Amino acid sequence: MNTLLTHPEPAHCPGPESQTAGKDESCNGCPNQSICASQLNKGPDPDMAIVTSKIDEYIKHKILVLSGKGGVGKSTFTAMLSFALAADQSLEIGSLDLDICGPSLPKILGCNLNETIHSSNSGWSPIYIDDNLSTMSIAFMLPNPDSAIIWRGAKKNGLIKQFLKDVDWGYLDYLIIDTPPGTSDEHLSITSYLKDSGIDGCLIITTPQEVSLLDVRKEIDFVKKVNIPILGLVENMSGFVCPNCKGESQIFKPTTGGGESLAKEFNIPFLGEVPLDPRIARCCDNGENFLELYTDSPATTAILDIVDNLRDQIEAND
Amino acid sequence: MNKEPPRSLNKVKHVILVLSGKGGVGKSSVTTQLALSLAHKGLKVGVLDIDLTGPSIPRMFGIENNQVHQSVNGWVPAYIPNTGNRLLVMSIGFLIKDRGNSIVWRGPKKTSMIRQFLSNVVWGELDYLIIDTPPGTSDEHISIAEELKLAKPDGAILVTTPQQISINDVKKEFNFCEKVGFKVLGVVENMSGYVCPHCSECTNIFSSGGGKSLAEQYKINFLGSLPIDPSFIELIETNNKSENRNQVDSNSDKNKIIEKINNLDLRNKQVSLIDKYVNNSLYPHFSTIVDNLLKHNIPPRTL
Repeated sequence: MNTLLTHPEPAHCPGPESQTAGKDESCNGCPNQSICASQLNKGPDPDMAIVTSKIDEYIKHKILVLSGKGGVGKSTFTAMLSFALAADQSLEIGSLDLDICGPSLPKILGCNLNETIHSSNSGWSPIYIDDNLSTMSIAFMLPNPDSAIIWRGAKKNGLIKQFLKDVDWGYLDYLIIDTPPGTSDEHLSITSYLKDSGIDGCLIITTPQEVSLLDVRKEIDFVKKVNIPILGLVENMSGFVCPNCKGESQIFKPTTGGGESLAKEFNIPFLGEVPLDPRIARCCDNGENFLELYTDSPATTAILDIVDNLRDQIEAND
Repeated sequence: MNKEPPRSLNKVKHVILVLSGKGGVGKSSVTTQLALSLAHKGLKVGVLDIDLTGPSIPRMFGIENNQVHQSVNGWVPAYIPNTGNRLLVMSIGFLIKDRGNSIVWRGPKKTSMIRQFLSNVVWGELDYLIIDTPPGTSDEHISIAEELKLAKPDGAILVTTPQQISINDVKKEFNFCEKVGFKVLGVVENMSGYVCPHCSECTNIFSSGGGKSLAEQYKINFLGSLPIDPSFIELIETNNKSENRNQVDSNSDKNKIIEKINNLDLRNKQVSLIDKYVNNSLYPHFSTIVDNLLKHNIPPRTL
């Protein structure tokens, strides 16, 4: 929508999509004022209906993977969840990467980053990892894997809409959506575009230490504000078993009670703890399916338990 | 566009940004350690936290309960107790009522907040201003680059963890720096190896060596690596606990005055965060990084 603007948004812009766009005190004198006032706020985005009808027709369950904090394992867990669900051959799985500035999902899923998106009459074809597992990410659209995507929010929102409107997933039982950290444009856009089709729920990932829980609290506050059901909280990187002596230690100490007490505090389901396993990081770097390679790891058991729990919750309503 | 650098930086000698494309790699903890190390050298250091949706700096310094004061000249940053006024911090965390509240803002609002942070904070004279950033290359980063365009910052420190996934994001950040003209001062590899407390075997949980090879590939300084050290988190957390206790105690009306006197007394005896950090096992690793950073003798900004 913001492509309509003729000038960059000024400092005190209330946001071209906001209720007061073009009418706010700070809009006086802005070269965009008349555009914001006249065009942008005549009802909802016309593409909204297209997105909703497309999603309703093709995609059964939508799960968001969220965390206020970065580097806690959102993409890793999204990949694990996708792999685990796709192990059931009767299901069709798609995983969508909403992290525009730091897309890491394709690499973890083992995609070739030189692959490019083909577009046809029916839309953009996602990249297939397996017969029943496909993915979409900005990583496939870059001229070079190291290119920086220096985009402001408005531009990211446009791409997110296209991801929902133009990707030809075919029929999907599950769409797992990986998000960037924080509570900003990407999060507002995905929740508003999927509002009418309904999101089954979100999965919140944290690590045990308070610095992380602090940001996760904010994410829970956000999720409650936008009315998305919380499927549960997962504590990642909890505890480490030394490969040498098998002794256990806490690397990220749960000084304030960790994920479990946070879940109690907010009265949300606590789905479990996934221990640190150095082989996970290695698998992510190589794009290997950890769950399949290391069936004996305690992390694998923990993850599969969480996935079972999630499926039970979601499919109970089918 | 602005024709002159932000006025609040007039008496600031050096400006350093701490960046990373990836989240959770330790930007805030590197920022904190850099500030503490520089303050330990007797320098006056300011820390500006521009992570608006997930500010961790207030907790890092144990000042989550702080409020911002408005003076005639602008916002007064928070002073860290017992540091002889050598350590100042500004974060959006001080502007939120409840620590669990979320800030759900789209780009333009974030941009305007960052503009205010740069124009409206009364830093006074500083040797170093360290700017902690959120992950990515989006609104906050574009805004800070625009604001600092004429301010001649020293440059940016890139933080990464050793694994490839993180390195890939940091490469993007490097390209960002090139595009906006930030000089890259060097790379810090965080979370490189964990020493088992039982058998002292070092495990590379997030593999190893990634930061160094990145630095070689792009011909930038490798400032050093930091192991995973739970004692640093513990230091931060116990520092917070002592603050929380003081808060709770002073709430009871009865003993308020006595408490106040006790607190004053306590405060005099209290060990500052700087001293606690200098005794932490991470400090020797970090002081190498600081030495590597300072040996370039970057001249102060226009003063």
